[in-house]
Amino acid sequence: MSAVTSQNELEILASRSHLDRLESEAITIIREVVSGCESPVLLFSGGKDSAVLLWLAIKAFAPARLPFPVMQVDTGHNFPEVIEYRDEFVRTYGLELVVASVQESIDRGDIPDPGPTGSRNRQQAVTLLTAIRTHKFDAAFGGGRRDEDKARAKERILSFRDKKGGWEPRMQRPEPWNILNPRIVKGEHLRAFPISNWTELDIWEYIAREEIPLPTIYFSHERTVIERDGMLLSVGGPVVPEDGEVPRKEIVRYRTVGDMSCTGAVRSTATTYEDVLAEVSTARITERGATRADDNFSESAMEDRKREGYF
Amino acid sequence: MGAVSTASNTQVRIATIGSVDDGKSTLIGRLLHDSKGIFEDQLSAVTKASRRYGDGTFNLALLTDGLRAEREQGITIDVAYRYFATPKRSFVLADTPGHAQFTRNMVTGASVSDIAIVLVDARHGVVEQTRRHVSIAALLGVSHLVLAVNKMDLVNWDETIFDTVVTDVAAIVSTLGSSVPIHPIPICATDGENVVDAGDKTPWYEGPSVLELLETLDITPVATIDARLAVQWTLREHGGSDYRGYAGRLEGGAIRVGDSVTVHPQGYTSTVAGLTRAGSPTDIAVPGDAIAIELTDDLDVGKGNVIVVSGAHQPVDATGLIADVCWFTDAELSVGDAIIVRHASGEVSARVAAITHRLDLETLENTPTDRLVLNDIGRVELALASPLVVDEYAVNRAGGSAIAIDPVSNATIGALMIRSGY
Repeated sequence: MSAVTSQNELEILASRSHLDRLESEAITIIREVVSGCESPVLLFSGGKDSAVLLWLAIKAFAPARLPFPVMQVDTGHNFPEVIEYRDEFVRTYGLELVVASVQESIDRGDIPDPGPTGSRNRQQAVTLLTAIRTHKFDAAFGGGRRDEDKARAKERILSFRDKKGGWEPRMQRPEPWNILNPRIVKGEHLRAFPISNWTELDIWEYIAREEIPLPTIYFSHERTVIERDGMLLSVGGPVVPEDGEVPRKEIVRYRTVGDMSCTGAVRSTATTYEDVLAEVSTARITERGATRADDNFSESAMEDRKREGYF
Repeated sequence: MGAVSTASNTQVRIATIGSVDDGKSTLIGRLLHDSKGIFEDQLSAVTKASRRYGDGTFNLALLTDGLRAEREQGITIDVAYRYFATPKRSFVLADTPGHAQFTRNMVTGASVSDIAIVLVDARHGVVEQTRRHVSIAALLGVSHLVLAVNKMDLVNWDETIFDTVVTDVAAIVSTLGSSVPIHPIPICATDGENVVDAGDKTPWYEGPSVLELLETLDITPVATIDARLAVQWTLREHGGSDYRGYAGRLEGGAIRVGDSVTVHPQGYTSTVAGLTRAGSPTDIAVPGDAIAIELTDDLDVGKGNVIVVSGAHQPVDATGLIADVCWFTDAELSVGDAIIVRHASGEVSARVAAITHRLDLETLENTPTDRLVLNDIGRVELALASPLVVDEYAVNRAGGSAIAIDPVSNATIGALMIRSGY
């Protein structure tokens, strides 16, 4: 009964894949944050990364209930398919949902109105911080991954945020052996990134393995789009064709899900998990480079937004 | 990415270590570039940034130096994590800073790595920061040390210079009493010689390239103790069921339904009634699995307890610790200081009872001292306000490691490797 000695045990140990190692790491982080914090919340955008995160959180506490609510920051410019999916997921698993509304922040005058067609992506940070304060959350789980962006690549698993919600990259807490330090004083909070070490490909391999439900827009469909700054934007809501932009029908899918005003579609015929997996494994451009107008804006766009309280 | 990954791939974690400007970020950039782990938009961003921050030649280090201050100053401040896969393995790379003032970030990157790649600039040989990093890697207990002697092109691929570096690094490791295997390779990170493919500049070197080594080194953990689980959380089902699952990550060895266990520090004994792994029932779990254990008896068990398969090697319920510490902060550590120790089995107040010695990085000798300063590696004795359930670091990394926290600022100020508990 001591250690790993039998052939059977060695075989089991050898059969644990990179996905198993990542899954175990994420579950361990989620449990540790929940035991170390008073009032955590999980940010669930309806995107694939937050779907994987929520899936892992459900597994971390099964067969018990998830011991915290999930929160969506609603920009008011969401894809309708994503809202539908969010509500269905929350119903199926009996989760508690908190919605933080960017429109309400605008109505209250907390943030300037960017107009009906302006991007609300950056403003989300204000709404998020208000919701964290209002609900007295002391830790927020996010689906951020280090391979998404060079500033994210520098972030710790537990990201300490000061009273204004800001991130100071020079003051990050060391995390030797992944031992997390969740100690904060009133008014400060933590962001926790359990899937920091996952790549886009890991995410899709895991989604396919676990058959995690996703919004339909991740799979190939016909959509009316315009091309703007090299991005295919879906016509409707905040996206109104300007002079010279001709709406046309294309067969597309989304690689990321965000605000409609700045999330681009990619031409794709992938209709199943396996199709998407094959596509992702041969992609030559990062998912943010291909689909996010906001991150291409400047060299340090992500770092700047994180310092302001963004994820 | 162009490289293939399969769902049954082994994942290997690697840290690059070594002094400033010895080429750590460049080596990682080269590995990513030559194994096709870089996307086109990332490449064009580096080309653009190379014009802005450099002399215009394509600068591979800018792939990992992601913070604005790093790009402006041309240095690495914090660990950057990068990911790539080959048909054989998938890799998590931690690119750690070489500057002494950012040693805490190097420790963070190296502590969870299977393999450390130590970079040495062939022109300068082993310098103080090399000694510091190699010592820390040896203390942390990485499974392999890949010694990449870089910028060999600038010393005309001189074999005797390479041999001197190898001898010097081997001396550090043996002086510290470590048995970590060293794998030396002569390289030039900027042009890729011996990084991914074998080059033609070193007829005197017949070994593998850096990538070939990373793909083949054996990183299977050697289990030497009985299974143990530090309880993180108690899972309780509501609505009629009396399910109680003790959740945590399994360390040390395998556990099966039916095993007899001891619960520390209380000393209760019980039997494993059921196991789940990642939420699904299973009969057996192995080290590294995130599991939950049901016991046959109704006991008062929760966070702070460690459930151990009954056997010879039990952890110690300790109110005193002897530990090696890497000190991370400007404030000195002195005898009598109050700190918080955070360990898998809990978070407790502690007082420094003694400081035995510090490691002199010039002589690699333990020197008596009564205080530790920023970036010192030394040995301390701590008196704990309440017990922790600990193992020796050498037999169980998870049960033998802890962090020191400043009780006033809440900052993480040290990394502790437990040598014994009493």
